[in-house]
Amino acid sequence: MYSQGLIGADGRTEESPEFLEAFQRRIDAEEKIEPKDPMPAGYRRTLVRQIGQHAHSEIVGMLPEGNWITRAPTLKRKAALLAKVQDEGGHGLYLYAAAETLGVSREEMTEELLAGKAKYSSIFNYPTLSWADIGAIGWLVDGAAIMNQIPLCRCSYGPYSRAMIRICKEESFHQRQGYEIMLTLCRGTPEQKAMAQDALNRWWWPSLMMFGPHDKDSAHTEQSMKWKIKRFTNDQLRQKFIDATVPQAEFLGLTIPDPELRWNPDKNDGRGGYDHGPIDWDEFWRVVKGHGRMNRDRLAARRKAHDEGAWVREAALAHARKRKARAMAAE
Amino acid sequence: MTETPTPLWEVFIRPRNGLSHKHVGSVHAADAELALQAARDVYTRRGEGTSIWVVPSAAITASDPDAAAEFFEPTADKIYRHPTFYEIPEEVGHM
Repeated sequence: MYSQGLIGADGRTEESPEFLEAFQRRIDAEEKIEPKDPMPAGYRRTLVRQIGQHAHSEIVGMLPEGNWITRAPTLKRKAALLAKVQDEGGHGLYLYAAAETLGVSREEMTEELLAGKAKYSSIFNYPTLSWADIGAIGWLVDGAAIMNQIPLCRCSYGPYSRAMIRICKEESFHQRQGYEIMLTLCRGTPEQKAMAQDALNRWWWPSLMMFGPHDKDSAHTEQSMKWKIKRFTNDQLRQKFIDATVPQAEFLGLTIPDPELRWNPDKNDGRGGYDHGPIDWDEFWRVVKGHGRMNRDRLAARRKAHDEGAWVREAALAHARKRKARAMAAE
Repeated sequence: MTETPTPLWEVFIRPRNGLSHKHVGSVHAADAELALQAARDVYTRRGEGTSIWVVPSAAITASDPDAAAEFFEPTADKIYRHPTFYEIPEEVGHM
């Protein structure tokens, strides 16, 4: 989801060449950068944007799946889905905390999200129409997220890298529970299998778009790779995801909705890999710019939750003040 | 409208008895009790700990990374603080 965090990132920086060289030497030596360390303004800005968008994606990502908690087919599935959605909320919180070490507050980031100024992953602007979508999301969306996030565990910024290590440990259950849902449907009635195929048809292409634009159209990749915020390009990660996922679809007996998908033995330096058909980038940019099917719904739901929770936050602070005053009076 | 920011707390967790508490991250909460509950929900969903400390972030005094070189400098040249500085004949055996 998360290379989309670089869309519109502004890596420009105005420090002296000596400062930038000294910083680059630390990066090249694989030293981690910690919050109070000197860093170029562009590095800080890029990270605030990427981590903030990553956090927003986790928070908004609770919505499409939350939609199915009350309608999960069994108690086991309901418990697993609740735990998964709770994890996404937790991941959002780790990430907001990591971004805050760079000098931006959670309140500011939340305001940007609710005002529609901050982005989150395009994938969450698609609707979850059937139970099979919950399987497809775990398998494909979390699978793509893991592809993106594993290299982020080695990101040069310490707090982000530490948050990613925790997140990656927890995500593996997400993908496995999704695949298990797909497997159960595929071994069920023909109607259930058709549901699984329909979900794959709708989620396949949006999942590939999660890796962000093609490398040639990704202006900020180069600087981010140099600063070791990113370790692989969008196209490299997308290819890894495709190569890992096609055999999993074959095992399920499902068809990837791409007539141009072909095994190419020469790909990946002779190790082989899949060629795929063209991605509809017009659709991608439409969704990123706010015109996906669910963009308005998602933001409305976040605003409603934020507004309706305001009294809780105020009451908690008022209670804390009152208790503090009482404790001081008693002394 | 800008809301009153909810205070920030640093979270330390003891994974099991015998180990020390270790910094794991931070949470926002109105008071210490809520901070403990939030820390439990956010950082111990899979049995990561048997004890949690929360400390107001504002209460932490940290050394200045820009001054780290001078601040920690006295340790660098005192190699006689390390056991390998001293030569003990092999016949003496492990010491």
